[in-house]
Amino acid sequence: MIDVRAVRREFPIFVNNPNLVFLDSGASAQKPRAVIDGIAEFYRSDYANVHRGVYQLSARSTDRFEEARATVRAFLNAADEREIVFVRGATEAINLVAQSWGGAVLQAGDEVVISDLEHHSNLVPWQIACQRAGARLLVAPTDATGEFDLGAFEALLSPRTRMVAVTHVSNVTGTVLPVENIARLAHRRGAMVLVDGCQAIPRMPVDVQAIGCDFYAFSGHKAYGPSGVGILYGRYDALAAMPPWQTGGGMITSVAYAGTEFQEPPHRFEAGTPDIAGAVGLKLALDFIEGFGREAIREHEAALTDYGVDVLSRIPDLNLVGGGQRRLSILSFNIDGVHPHDVGTVLDQHEVAVRVGHHCAQPLMDKLGISGTVRASLGIYNDKADIDRLAKAIEACREMFLR
Amino acid sequence: MTDLRELYQEIILDHGRHPRNFHALEHPTHLAKGYNPLCGDRVTVYLALDGDRIVDVSFDGRGCAISTAAASLMTEVLKGKTVAEARALFARFRAEVTGGETVELPEALSEDAERLEPLTGVKAFPVRVKCATLPWHAFEAALKGGLEGDTVKTE
Ligand SMILES: Cc1ncc(COP(=O)(O)O)c(C=O)c1O
Repeated sequence: MIDVRAVRREFPIFVNNPNLVFLDSGASAQKPRAVIDGIAEFYRSDYANVHRGVYQLSARSTDRFEEARATVRAFLNAADEREIVFVRGATEAINLVAQSWGGAVLQAGDEVVISDLEHHSNLVPWQIACQRAGARLLVAPTDATGEFDLGAFEALLSPRTRMVAVTHVSNVTGTVLPVENIARLAHRRGAMVLVDGCQAIPRMPVDVQAIGCDFYAFSGHKAYGPSGVGILYGRYDALAAMPPWQTGGGMITSVAYAGTEFQEPPHRFEAGTPDIAGAVGLKLALDFIEGFGREAIREHEAALTDYGVDVLSRIPDLNLVGGGQRRLSILSFNIDGVHPHDVGTVLDQHEVAVRVGHHCAQPLMDKLGISGTVRASLGIYNDKADIDRLAKAIEACREMFLR
Repeated sequence: MTDLRELYQEIILDHGRHPRNFHALEHPTHLAKGYNPLCGDRVTVYLALDGDRIVDVSFDGRGCAISTAAASLMTEVLKGKTVAEARALFARFRAEVTGGETVELPEALSEDAERLEPLTGVKAFPVRVKCATLPWHAFEAALKGGLEGDTVKTE
């Protein structure tokens, strides 16, 4: 059981904004004291550039940076630390794969399969990569309840399928995708598999070997860590076969005007000075999550999700967007006759912070026939009282617009 | 807490629910679209000009209560105005909602400016100002572009 009152004391934002109901963790999570203070302490005590200095301080900073990599490896249950690439975030991780792997492998006539739940950042990079190669982008559908349609997905696969790129948890519907089955079916056809783990990492156990994916991407800032740092996990063989993406310092073994030799992964993909303190902060965030246990966090958020579905379903004129059988932590809805922006403004006046709009998933909005939704998303610090405050604010909104 | 009633005044809610001049013109001389990428809202403004005078104006599209009411009220005040008068009203309105320097209006337009007054509540809600000005920007683009007006975006 997670003691939400104790959790909240770990988050200064709630101490400084005691009346705030924060339901926008899907966009970015708040930061615990351990992360905020830990980053400051790192700058105070151990900071220098990494991998280059001969002096002790640089060695210490490098140790902290590489220790973060080790923590991420364990967190994902990757086989090897060399499979963990530090990037700016999920967007950069996916662009790295789409451009490096996609640029080298994709040919005219090849196919890339995504789902219709993808965030623009797991859609546009593939669209561009396909355009460049003359490949086709295929979209696997969710059914009317918001559940990923595994049968329809399987029917889309063919010997031409080179890549299957899907989200683990939808940032719009909360649908949890059956990524293990998706990976198994894709591999049977010889395709590679990338999973966008942005929404899964902060709220459920993730084991990349059990999933069987080739790539797994996530951003630190949605997992209680700092913004500006994220992770690309890549199976070592897959990474080793990929050409460098960005080039420059830190990723070479030797440079001459006649040519350059590049490092092995992961450094091959880490050109330039990385976000050193960001990596340290991410490690602290993952430690913070592990302190509660991901199974406990999932239970907490799943129970709260069920409660939210229950409460929202009772509100007249409210339509909840379907999130399938195993919805997690994300509740998207519309109120008949009231535009999401107007709902957002009224909720804000009740100090309930939600996100409104298309949530970087415009093709999904088109499919649902709406311009946007109101989205409440949960974090470790939310409880039933937050859902009740949300419901009360929605009531005020209906009162104003629909009376 | 800023009072929501300042923003959602009765007249705004009314125009939001029952927008006036909410249809396409059959024979527009000018039209342009406005698009807010933040929320995906779209508005198309249609004008029928006779020389320098706006003989008819209408809009369609989908938007929030604020942008719908702003477009509806805009069409009401613009009908029958000259282009110069319409631009003066826009300049005044924009200054009012963005907190810019006050724009003086000729006496003859003061009643129209007053009709737009209820929308100035958005001043206290900075993220919503663009909702109120979007139809006006589309109107401006229509004036400039004839039937080939550029799509204006809020950002
Ligand atoms: C499912 C999903 N994928 C990708 C992203 C993009 O993450 P970032 O902007 O941190 O790169 C997000 C964030 O909104 C997301 O929710």
